[in-house]
Amino acid sequence: MIRKTVADVTEAVAGIKSDMTFMLGGFGLCGIPENIIAALVKSNINGLTCISNNAGVDDFGLGLLLQKKQIKKMISSYVGENDEFERQMLSGELDVELIPQGTLAERCRAAQGGFPAIYTPAGYGTEVAEGKETREFDGKMYVLEHAFKADFAFVKAWKGDEAGNLIFKGTARNFNPCMCGAAKITVAEVEELVPVGTLDPNQVHIPGIFVQRIFQGTDYEKRIEQRTVRSRGVS
Amino acid sequence: MLDKNGIARRIAKELKDKYYVNLGIGIPTLVANYIPQGIEVEFQSENGVLGMGPFPYEGEEDADIINAGKQTITTMPGASFFDSATSFGMIRGQHVDLTILGAMEVSENGDIANWKIPGKMVKGMGGAMDLVASAENIIVAMMHTNKAGKSKLLKKCSLPLTGVNCVKKIVTNLALLEVTEKGFKLLERAPGVSVEDIRNATEGNLIVEGNIPEMTLD
Repeated sequence: MIRKTVADVTEAVAGIKSDMTFMLGGFGLCGIPENIIAALVKSNINGLTCISNNAGVDDFGLGLLLQKKQIKKMISSYVGENDEFERQMLSGELDVELIPQGTLAERCRAAQGGFPAIYTPAGYGTEVAEGKETREFDGKMYVLEHAFKADFAFVKAWKGDEAGNLIFKGTARNFNPCMCGAAKITVAEVEELVPVGTLDPNQVHIPGIFVQRIFQGTDYEKRIEQRTVRSRGVS
Repeated sequence: MLDKNGIARRIAKELKDKYYVNLGIGIPTLVANYIPQGIEVEFQSENGVLGMGPFPYEGEEDADIINAGKQTITTMPGASFFDSATSFGMIRGQHVDLTILGAMEVSENGDIANWKIPGKMVKGMGGAMDLVASAENIIVAMMHTNKAGKSKLLKKCSLPLTGVNCVKKIVTNLALLEVTEKGFKLLERAPGVSVEDIRNATEGNLIVEGNIPEMTLD
C-alpha cells in the first residue's frame, strides 16, 4: 500500500504558487472541494488560471477567489449566477474562455489518459471552432481539442482511503473523476477518510494511482444553489 | 396560451416508450414532472444522472443530487450516477434518444442560437453545443416571442449559433411546430390561440395546411 494521506488542508495544498493552473471539480456548488478553496483564499496567491465547469456564486465556491481577485483566467462552460464574475469579466480584469461542457470533460480525461488531443463534433461551425484544426470522419466534421495542462487538480469525493482510492456520491461526482490524474499533482478532499481495507475494491470509482494527496475535510456546508421541491399531496 | 408548465406538459406527450431523454436548463427540466402513464422513459441530466425523478418533497432535498439546472431532484428506481465524461459519451455517442432544450432563436432550417448575445454578459454554452452537435432528435422549448415581443422563430438566426440544421420540433406558448425543408410547419395551436396569432408572431416561413387542431395536454 502506498500511503497518500496528508495531515490537513495546509499540507494538502503545499507547493501552490501564483500564476499556476488549477483544475477544480464540481458542478455549480455540487461536489466542489470546499476545504481546498478556503485554503486557496487564505493563501493569497493570485494570477491563477482555473479550469472548472462553473465559477461559483458571489459568496461561495470559486466566487470566494474571485472576490479577492486571485483568478486571472477562467476556463469554464457556464458562468452565470455570479455578479462579481460579471463585473470583472466586463471590465477586462478577468479573462474567460468558454468551451462546451463535454469538451471540458474530455480535455481533462485526455490529460488523465495520455491523449494529446481529441476530436469532437461539439462546436463545429460555431465561433468555438475558430482557428482550430478540423477534420472529417465518415462524412461528419470534428474539431481538434487539446488535453489540458495543469499544475494541480483539486477534487472532492465522498469517501476515500489512505491509499487514495475514491468513491463519489450522487451528482457530486461530475468532473471530479475526470480531473484525477489530469494534473501534475492531484489532491482529493473527502468527507470520510477510512483505513485501507475498508472500501470494497469493487466499489472504488477512482483508483489511488491517480491521487497524490488525500485528507478528510471538515465543516462541509454543501450549499444548495436552487432548492426546488414539490408539495406533498401532489404526485 | 401555454405557460412554462403547459409547454413542458405538451412536450411530455412527445415522449415515447423506452426513450432516454436529456433535459436542458429552464422549461425542459419541468418535463420530468409530467411523464405520461404507461411508458418507460429515463431522463438524463448531463451533470451525471440517468433516471432522474421529480423534485423532492420539502425536507428531503439532497445537496449531492441535483440536475443540470442545479435544482434539487430525486432519482427513480434503476437510476445511475456517472462522471461528466461518461455523461457526454452518452450524448456524443447518440445513446440518448431525445434532447429537449431552450433557445433564444430558431431558424426555419433548424439552426439554433441559445448561448450568446453579443454585447451582453455571456454565461456560456454549458452542454448545449455537445447536445446539438450529436443528438438525432431535438425539441426546442421556448416562448414564441422575446420580451420585446419580437419573434424567436426566424428566417435566419441573428445571434451566434449553437448548432446548425438540428432542431426537429418546437413547442412554444402558442404552438407546436415541426421544422421541415420549407420552414416551420404548424401542427397544433395552444389553447385559445388562433392561426393568425401564430402567424403574427412568426417571422420565418410558416406552413399552414388544412385545419390546425387545438392541442390537448392530457
